[in-house]
Amino acid sequence: MKTALILLFLLALASIPGSILPQRGTNPILVEQWITDSPTLGPIFDSVGLFDVFGSPWYSAVYILLFISLIGCVLPRLGLHWKAMRRPPPSAPKNLSRFGGGEFEFAGEPEVIIAGARAILKKERWRTVVGQDTNGGHWVAAEKGYLRETGNLVFHFSLILILVGIGIGGLFGWRGNVIVREGEGFSNTLTQYDAWGGGRLSSADNLPEFSFTLESFNVEFERGNAQSGAPRLFEANMVVDQPGESGSTTHLVEVNQPLVIDSAKVFLVGHGYAPHLIVRDSQGVVVLDDAVVFLPQDGNFTSTGVIKIPDADPQLGFRGLFLPTTAVDEIRGPHSIFPAPDDVSIFFGAWAGDLGLDDGVPQSIYTLNVEDMTQLGLDPLRIGQRWTLPQGAGSIEFTGYERWASFQLAYDPGKELALTAAILAIAGLSLSLFVQRRRIWVKAGEVPGRTPGGRVKVEVAGIAKASGHDATEQVDALVELLKGKVL
Amino acid sequence: MDSLGLADSSNNFIYAAMVTLFIATVLFSVSFAAGRRKESQIQMESAKVLVESGGSRLQESVSEVTRLEPGHRAANIGMSLTWLSAAMLLVGIVLRGMWAGRVPWGNMYEFSITSALGILLVFLVWSTQRDLRWLGLFVTIPTLLTLGLAVTVLYTEAAQLVPALKSYWLVIHVFAAIIGGGAFTVGAATAGLSLISDKGWFRQLPSREKLEGLTHRIISFSFPIWTFAVVAGAIWAENAWGRYWGWDPKETWAFITWVVFAAYLHARSTAGWKHQKASVIALVGWLSFLINYFGVNIFINSLHSYAGV
Ligand code: HEM
Repeated sequence: MKTALILLFLLALASIPGSILPQRGTNPILVEQWITDSPTLGPIFDSVGLFDVFGSPWYSAVYILLFISLIGCVLPRLGLHWKAMRRPPPSAPKNLSRFGGGEFEFAGEPEVIIAGARAILKKERWRTVVGQDTNGGHWVAAEKGYLRETGNLVFHFSLILILVGIGIGGLFGWRGNVIVREGEGFSNTLTQYDAWGGGRLSSADNLPEFSFTLESFNVEFERGNAQSGAPRLFEANMVVDQPGESGSTTHLVEVNQPLVIDSAKVFLVGHGYAPHLIVRDSQGVVVLDDAVVFLPQDGNFTSTGVIKIPDADPQLGFRGLFLPTTAVDEIRGPHSIFPAPDDVSIFFGAWAGDLGLDDGVPQSIYTLNVEDMTQLGLDPLRIGQRWTLPQGAGSIEFTGYERWASFQLAYDPGKELALTAAILAIAGLSLSLFVQRRRIWVKAGEVPGRTPGGRVKVEVAGIAKASGHDATEQVDALVELLKGKVL
Repeated sequence: MDSLGLADSSNNFIYAAMVTLFIATVLFSVSFAAGRRKESQIQMESAKVLVESGGSRLQESVSEVTRLEPGHRAANIGMSLTWLSAAMLLVGIVLRGMWAGRVPWGNMYEFSITSALGILLVFLVWSTQRDLRWLGLFVTIPTLLTLGLAVTVLYTEAAQLVPALKSYWLVIHVFAAIIGGGAFTVGAATAGLSLISDKGWFRQLPSREKLEGLTHRIISFSFPIWTFAVVAGAIWAENAWGRYWGWDPKETWAFITWVVFAAYLHARSTAGWKHQKASVIALVGWLSFLINYFGVNIFINSLHSYAGV
């Protein structure tokens, strides 16, 4: 028990850095930034796993030790409890008066009184045993509240089950993210994901077959004064195709309403704008005519995006700032002041030169490496406007925008087990905290010099196992019942 | 009533509840101070009586002084006012929900006024089972602090819920968390008192053992509720974000709180562990609960930062 106590404390302590420092699993960009900002501490923290606390060896060590201790605790107690449940309650102690309780004199036969007491106790679902002292006194011993220990064992055992559920999810489950523009489709294969991660035993090449199209995406933002701009509704209209099902089905996917396909679930997790752009090179040839996904940077959807044209000569690169509701001020520069497209514009910066795509280092499609490029200029564009680049390098035209939605697709085969175990744990916990284990004894001894049918000395006493509790109430109730029955 | 009328009435009820609770606090303090006076009076009387009669009349004299119970009338009124304050808080919260057209749990202001009600309700319901008038002062003070923070720092206009909060799991999860947290707060009061119950003014309170027993009772009540709140939160997270547990700071601190209170329960049943140490653990658990509630919402960037402050 002391070990468990210490390990529980360690577990709590070890969790704290995971809530204060950014974590790789949830926020990889912030982690990199943290390391860049603190060049001395950052790498040290990184090497001891402080940016991945919940996957670090020391964190695992704590909870594995805790669970070993738990199993070591539960198994022997399971055996003991099993035996205790099948054993009759221990016989009444010699001296009952030291347990408090009461002493009464009844008229009747000791055996009859004890049999009556036993019947009452049995009716109240106490486990009972009767016996006789060496000095001729009769007694009944009763016990109740075995469910306390049962509940406790169920609780601790369920904790192990929860861990198993988490483990199954981690090994066999997978999770992926994808951004889909309005009108665009997605089919569930690895290559279509923007990001995908699976457990060691997950079936990456064998994902469930289905595909969907994002027909339309609706958003509404708060226009009142209070919390202006806060999202009020976003919903995706999806058309889903599954093998073995004739025809497509349409679904409305919202934040708290994922789409369930077989065992996988599709969650709507974000959305944004994709301006439609036409880029022409120095010859006037169209080299891009598409909607480009821009990523929102703040709650008003000031969004950034990058366009790379490797086929132009020289290569062209653009950084864009998409503003659904445009505002420009001296401190913040161009930014959006409302998330809805009330006053759309894009601020473009253009570069010409070498995009650096050929040196083999993979680049994110959301960053532009301008090391080997020269800046051509900056220009704001409204819908329908076109910017002819200086030096005859080409042009860029802003023709409109679409919306996109980002989805998380997840498969977790362990979550049902984890949930069942969690419910069991709560049930077991409640039993173990609310059920009281109590013992009660009734003794009937003859009064010296008694004639048959005369008075008998009856003692009643009881104890509770948990500190802070007693059996006074039960003893009093039993005495009342006995008096009613025997007298 | 039009919507502005609802808003005003809601705020008025909250303010009225605060004023009422403040008066209750003053009365509980008067009662506490009177208990102190009574104690010294008893000591003086006893000394006098002992001198006069060699001790035989001591018992009689003490009971005479106790019967006056100068502090109890104040405490009784304090209890009634606490009930009244809770009722007004309830009305204020319901009006707020009507104004916003949704459950009144959309931002930290609303969580805080409901948490204040949670603390009061746990205390009041418990007080119907045993005499807890002595505890009133130590429950109304944290409640007043919560309400004070709510109406000053945390106040926000009612608005609709962000889509992530639109779920009936919100209702279940938040309700459990608020009751569990209210009980943890009452438990922190008894745990804290048990540590100082042998000092100065606090000697008039129940004995240390009694306070420790009460702490154990209330935490045994709140621990399963907290466990349930965490599980309900996980179900909701699975439904909204596609994972039931992601070690988001809010989830992490809910877990830390849970583990610390599990440690408390173990400490209570570990042979050879002083119950005083267990009381300290209960206070640490309550601290984690506070960090989870205030710290994470305000200082840490988390998915749960819908505080609206
Ligand atoms: C995952 C970590 C654990 C948690 C969250 C946990 C939680 C709890 C809780 C809430 C109780 C109820 C206390 C009560 O009945 O008053 C309890 C009791 C108990 N735990 Fe654990 N426990 C954990 C691990 C362990 C381990 C590793 C051991 C073994 C060393 C252990 C041994 C016990 C025992 C013997 C009791 C019974 C105390 C009694 O009946 O009064 N627990 N535990």
